[in-house]
Amino acid sequence: MLRYVLRRLLTAIPTLFVIVTMAFFLMRVAPGGPFNQERGLSPEIRANLEAQFGLNDPLWLQFVHYLGNLLRGNFGPSYNMPDFTVTELFAKGLPISVQLGASALVLALLLGSVLGTTAALNQNKLGDYMVIALATAGSTIPTFVIAPVIQLLFGLTWKLLPIGGWGDGAFINKVGPVLTLALPQIAIVARLMRGSMIESLRSHHIRTARALGLSDWSVVVKHALRGAILPIVSFTGPAAAALLTGSVIVETIFSIPGVGRYFVDAALNRDYTLVMGTVVVIAIFTIVFNLIVDVMYAVVDPRVRYD
Amino acid sequence: MGIAKMAASETILSVKDLRVRFRTLDGAVEAVKGINIHVNAGETVAVVGESGSGKSQTMMAAMSLLASNGEATGSVDYRGRNLLTLSKSELNKVRGAKISMIFQEPMTSLDPLYSIGNQLIEPIRRHRGLNAAEAREEALKLLRLVHIPDPERRMKSYPHEMSGGQRQRVMIAMALANDPDILIADEPTTALDVTIQAQILMLLAELQRKLGMAIVFITHDLGIVRRFADRVYVMRQGEVVEEGEAEAIFVNPQHAYTKMLLAAEPTGSKAPPPANAPVLLEGRNVEVTFRIGGGFLAGEPLMLRAVDHISIRLQRNQTIGIVGESGSGKSTLGRALLRLLPSDGLIRFGDRDISQADRQAMRPLRRQMQLVFQDPFGSLSPRMTVGQVITEGLLVHEPNLSGKQRDQRAVEALLEVGLDPNARNRYPHEFSGGQRQRIAIARAMILKPKLVVLDEPTSALDRSVQKQIVELLRKLQADHELSYLFISHDLSVVRAMADYIIVMKQGKIVEEGPTEAIFSNPQHAYTQTLMAAAIDVTRFRLSA
Repeated sequence: MLRYVLRRLLTAIPTLFVIVTMAFFLMRVAPGGPFNQERGLSPEIRANLEAQFGLNDPLWLQFVHYLGNLLRGNFGPSYNMPDFTVTELFAKGLPISVQLGASALVLALLLGSVLGTTAALNQNKLGDYMVIALATAGSTIPTFVIAPVIQLLFGLTWKLLPIGGWGDGAFINKVGPVLTLALPQIAIVARLMRGSMIESLRSHHIRTARALGLSDWSVVVKHALRGAILPIVSFTGPAAAALLTGSVIVETIFSIPGVGRYFVDAALNRDYTLVMGTVVVIAIFTIVFNLIVDVMYAVVDPRVRYD
Repeated sequence: MGIAKMAASETILSVKDLRVRFRTLDGAVEAVKGINIHVNAGETVAVVGESGSGKSQTMMAAMSLLASNGEATGSVDYRGRNLLTLSKSELNKVRGAKISMIFQEPMTSLDPLYSIGNQLIEPIRRHRGLNAAEAREEALKLLRLVHIPDPERRMKSYPHEMSGGQRQRVMIAMALANDPDILIADEPTTALDVTIQAQILMLLAELQRKLGMAIVFITHDLGIVRRFADRVYVMRQGEVVEEGEAEAIFVNPQHAYTKMLLAAEPTGSKAPPPANAPVLLEGRNVEVTFRIGGGFLAGEPLMLRAVDHISIRLQRNQTIGIVGESGSGKSTLGRALLRLLPSDGLIRFGDRDISQADRQAMRPLRRQMQLVFQDPFGSLSPRMTVGQVITEGLLVHEPNLSGKQRDQRAVEALLEVGLDPNARNRYPHEFSGGQRQRIAIARAMILKPKLVVLDEPTSALDRSVQKQIVELLRKLQADHELSYLFISHDLSVVRAMADYIIVMKQGKIVEEGPTEAIFSNPQHAYTQTLMAAAIDVTRFRLSA
């Protein structure tokens, strides 16, 4: 197993290299640059800035420089927020996004699994239809609708939650954004869980467990649920990578200083170093979580063995 | 069975006026239509029938294991209590303790995610309230009882690390864990190779002698009935059509359906083609190697030789039966000879060397070599009409035919395999297993092939249907001078179909020769075991 993890980490290096290379050159294919916004800098200042950041060097040389810095852990300065390096921006924002994302993920996994299992156990009965309705609503209503509704009801009408802001990470400030992030995920997990649980409950070894007179708890939780959890495990990899790296919509609506906004802002502003930083962070999260998922798979299912 | 006979013939289970209904989209379907069955202490009862007879559902209903859309009425009395009306917690004191059950699917009936030990210990603790250490001791005893070698180590094994036969032994151990009065065995050997079948049946007989429980065999296999059962119920379409002492039913069956079942064994034999008949297909030193694993930083791949230096010569109008147990490489050989799998060695079709022919080169030859598969449910596209299914090959091989001509050919092909030509406008799911296999045969025949590889074409079918398919295949062969490669594990079907037999084991030919010679005088120890196992089960009644 250890060997397998090492091998996967080793193969992550060329993967990252390809991602970085593609992102670097694709971004440069897009017209414009970090210093030609409509406000317009005077040509002299712009030339100075471009010279200072090495933007006049041949593209391949810039790429080599970037790679060199990256290897030393230096993501470079942000072009649009010149007082900060990209590393500083992530050091400040990433823990916030990770906190929100992780809370939402845990909530979604717990609640989604319970809902999905309940639906499966009551297949084609009222409980099932209610969960299906909820899941359909959760996955069709976009977050930019859910978020303002939460603000309106819980913030303005009932005054239970702050309307927005991070509040130095006070619990009450996290409720709204976490709920907004979690709702669509709850819907997805519930649907996945319902499907795989129905299948699991129909399998032959469940029939065996029933024929042996085992309790409902053992049949459902010990035997059916463990098998049904596998699709959820594989869903969790990409979902975790996406949730933990922040959401532009939720962070904007709730005024959360996370990293979710960086990708969009940076891309629009041609803030090359920040875009690259975001790409690298998301890529690393994705690779790591997929690895964790594969390891989890082997933990849950003894038939899966890596060597 | 000796002890069974001596035991008091107290009735311990009695099924009265049992009806089982399933709610479906097309309305309620009645699978069991008011049957009466009883089981006495220590005896062996067989419930016999073909698929759809309701024999399994009867026992599933008794155990409250029906699918969620099923419901049972009537009564199932176990020692004075109606199992159908017991509360779930009361029922769970009977299930797995007093009445237990083993199933047809040993490969999937154990939970793949828990060790054998864990799964054995759970019902012991639940029903007997033992602590973990005591239950573990019991589990080890049970594994020894069902002759699992090295039980200490096997406790830690997972189901996927065991063979089908071993898994069925573990299932039996679990079922016997709490010393049941009744063991219900639902087709316990159907999914197993014939030599393993015999071992499992022997084990059940031995355990019954030791422990004295009653056994209910649900089976389609009359050999098992004849050999093991004291009493028999014959079921058809949800009703018991005949019941009585096993001996009496075999000697003097009353109902027409029972008579038909008894006569359903394929009979007859095939004469070999003349010695100078042209050779249609020849393989010399054919080898197929599968590569497992390996790759970047993963070390050397494991090389598995599925077909190992096999030479074969098939003449026109000849049927070669390829016999072997699962994993022997018989299907792989069939596919390699059709160039559906890469292989080494020489393969000639007619006068052409096709050893290295690629897809392109093979395409014009394909119409002369067709394939019929085992699974009539999976091998027909559910989204195409039967007409589309069987004429699809014509689109490739005879592209100049008009739609009308193709339709005409479809009619001819369906008539030839004994189906109503109107079938071509319907979809495969509307047909039974036997009819679907006829459709699959029509799909092969419509191209007027010279060679047909039949890969277990009768294995998924009921005995009576098997016989019809065997007769159909023989008629088609006689009409068109076809050559068959008949791949099967079923010796009685092979005996009726083939004039020459190849016995395979682990990718190698262990014995070959004319059918009658192989059957009357098998030389190789493996062939002898195979024959003995098959004959044990299907032909003689041994005294237990």
